[in-house]
Amino acid sequence: MSDFHPNEKGRKRTAGLWNVVFLAATLVGVLSLVTLVTSLIDSCFGYVVLQDAYAYSEVSVAPDKALASLTKDELVQTLRTTAEADLTDLTTGRLRLLEMDRPLEVRTEDDLRNLVITEVLKSEIKKSWSLMESLSQAPAITEFQKSRYPDGHLAFRSWLSPEFLTKAQSGGKAESNGLRGAIIGSLWIILIAIVIAFPIGLGSAIYLEEYASDNWLNRLIQTNIYNLAGVPSIIYGMLGLAIFVRLMGPITSGAIFGVQDVNGRTVFSAGLTLGILILPIIIINAQEALKAIPNSLRYSSYGVGATKWQTIWHHVIPASMDRILTGTVFAVSRAIGETAPLVVIGASAFLTLDPSGLFSKFTTLPIQIFTWSQMASPEFRHVAAAAIVVLLVLLLGLNAVAIYFRTGIQKAKDAL
Amino acid sequence: MTPEVKVSENVAALLKKPLRPGEDFIQVLLVACALVSVLTTVGIILALLGDALRFFATPGFSWWDFLTGTYWEPGSGHFGILALITGTLMTSLVAMVVAVPVGMAIGIYLSEYASARVSRVLKPVLEILAGIPSIVYGYFAINFVTPSLQAMMGDLVKPLNALSAGIVMGILILPLIASMAEDALGAVPKSLKQAGFAMGATKLEVALHITLPAATSGIVAAIILGLSRAIGETMIVALAAGSFPRVSFNPLGSVDTMTGYIVRTSGGDIPQTSIEYMGIFAIGLTLFLITLGLNMMSRRIIEHFREVYE
Repeated sequence: MSDFHPNEKGRKRTAGLWNVVFLAATLVGVLSLVTLVTSLIDSCFGYVVLQDAYAYSEVSVAPDKALASLTKDELVQTLRTTAEADLTDLTTGRLRLLEMDRPLEVRTEDDLRNLVITEVLKSEIKKSWSLMESLSQAPAITEFQKSRYPDGHLAFRSWLSPEFLTKAQSGGKAESNGLRGAIIGSLWIILIAIVIAFPIGLGSAIYLEEYASDNWLNRLIQTNIYNLAGVPSIIYGMLGLAIFVRLMGPITSGAIFGVQDVNGRTVFSAGLTLGILILPIIIINAQEALKAIPNSLRYSSYGVGATKWQTIWHHVIPASMDRILTGTVFAVSRAIGETAPLVVIGASAFLTLDPSGLFSKFTTLPIQIFTWSQMASPEFRHVAAAAIVVLLVLLLGLNAVAIYFRTGIQKAKDAL
Repeated sequence: MTPEVKVSENVAALLKKPLRPGEDFIQVLLVACALVSVLTTVGIILALLGDALRFFATPGFSWWDFLTGTYWEPGSGHFGILALITGTLMTSLVAMVVAVPVGMAIGIYLSEYASARVSRVLKPVLEILAGIPSIVYGYFAINFVTPSLQAMMGDLVKPLNALSAGIVMGILILPLIASMAEDALGAVPKSLKQAGFAMGATKLEVALHITLPAATSGIVAAIILGLSRAIGETMIVALAAGSFPRVSFNPLGSVDTMTGYIVRTSGGDIPQTSIEYMGIFAIGLTLFLITLGLNMMSRRIIEHFREVYE
């Protein structure tokens, strides 16, 4: 064999060289993950220049005290008096809307202070920096603010905040956006997808593993499931657009149930589409779970006179539940991150009302990330990064749930 | 599916044990569940075909232009789907250039070199990379990779370009190729490798000259599946690759891809009767057929491969 030379030194050198190549490739993988996470965190925090449209001394009920030291009563008074005196852009109508959301008296002090900043003073972000820039070029940033925005002030902002999570969307400026509608939308759609896909998927898996004989029809079903698992998600979006949104429009828009003034681009259509999308994943995972159950368990059940379904229901399913649930959580985390099919069936990029039921218009976390990533204004980049962190934390949380299922059920099994 | 189960059914019949009346009903229900997935495929084909056929029947449409034209804009009578196919191929090829060598190297490293401790760290990293939604990679492409490329190469790099989208897509399919390659290499019988070592070959020589050739079919299947994934990938190209629906071979400039065009066009509220609306279904059908073909090819190769090494 010409490949194996006796030249030992040269061969060892080549081996060493390739060893470095393999390690370098592996580091590329690790480095991509590190870079991704770093660039996200980099965009989530940083300095911003804020400038007020109205002077604090002119609107405050206690102009000699700083905003940070106003009491709750003074904050409420400031809001009420400015609205009634029509000093700023805050009208009485706008205040009423805010009170409908939550009355001023029950809001926290921090919340009220934020309201004064955003509604009365109309504090606006003029420029923003990333964390890296904020840390390395702090003197230059201060200099910039003093020369360009002498009336404004510099603040260190965390774009990811509890307020960001709980605020509704309110277009226009990046900083006034919140994720509440998107989180609620995501939860609704996932819930519908699971309710549809889990029973059907488990049923299919049971049929294929426990009942189906090896004939052409069952082979076709099986091949078909494998092929469906490989269909690009955007194709499911087109299925949803043609069938759920257009063809079944009267049902998915709720028109036949008396809901008016909506089209088929609803939470219901989105849930159906994602349900169909994760169905093959759930079936394949559940099949693997059922395959792992030893036949001895089934025989012992038949042996004491159980019927086929009794065996499946009382022994096979409980024994494989941990794996089935793990597979389902995996499918759900895939569905939570799906963007393309939902854009295709028509998610609302801008939604001020939270999705409240099957027939509402919808938006989801990934849809918001997509929309905000496309915005020209550079501030939206921070908002998108903060939303991505929320999405990734949600996914990590789901995986933790999967691990909990696995260990919890395993323990229960061991205890038997 | 197992024959043993049928035996016990026969035993039950022999014992004249009456079946519970609900059992048959349950079985019918389960068959219905299994048929849902068949219905899905039928639905996909009908949904795509219906509007695609209407598109092909519009006045002014010519098959010649569809297959050879270099410009896609059905609204003004340009039907060249090649414009979108070349865009898709360009981003996918960049992705493969990144993912295949790196993914293969990681696969070889994991299966032949890595100690148990290293794999324990490395595999979760790959799993996390595989679990990150593609929209996040899209954000990464426009906010990190494109600015980095621009810093390196200057104005040649357009703000939206095929190279950046392709590189990030490569990172996205990297875990898929790495883990499939690792599986393929791991399935090569130990005896083959031991024979190599017995002849005095080094670890590298065994890996490259014995294990790798023996696992060729599995690796080819991995690469085909990766390509199919890249072609169907949407959010990265929708954000980072641009919207320039003409045939172009400049990776530093904007292109337009099949998936990117569908997302952009259907996102707006276009009327159902417009030619753009029907056009996205013609593109969707093309995309479906291409990915289906690649996936089936990949499965075929894996099945063949299993027969050889069982």
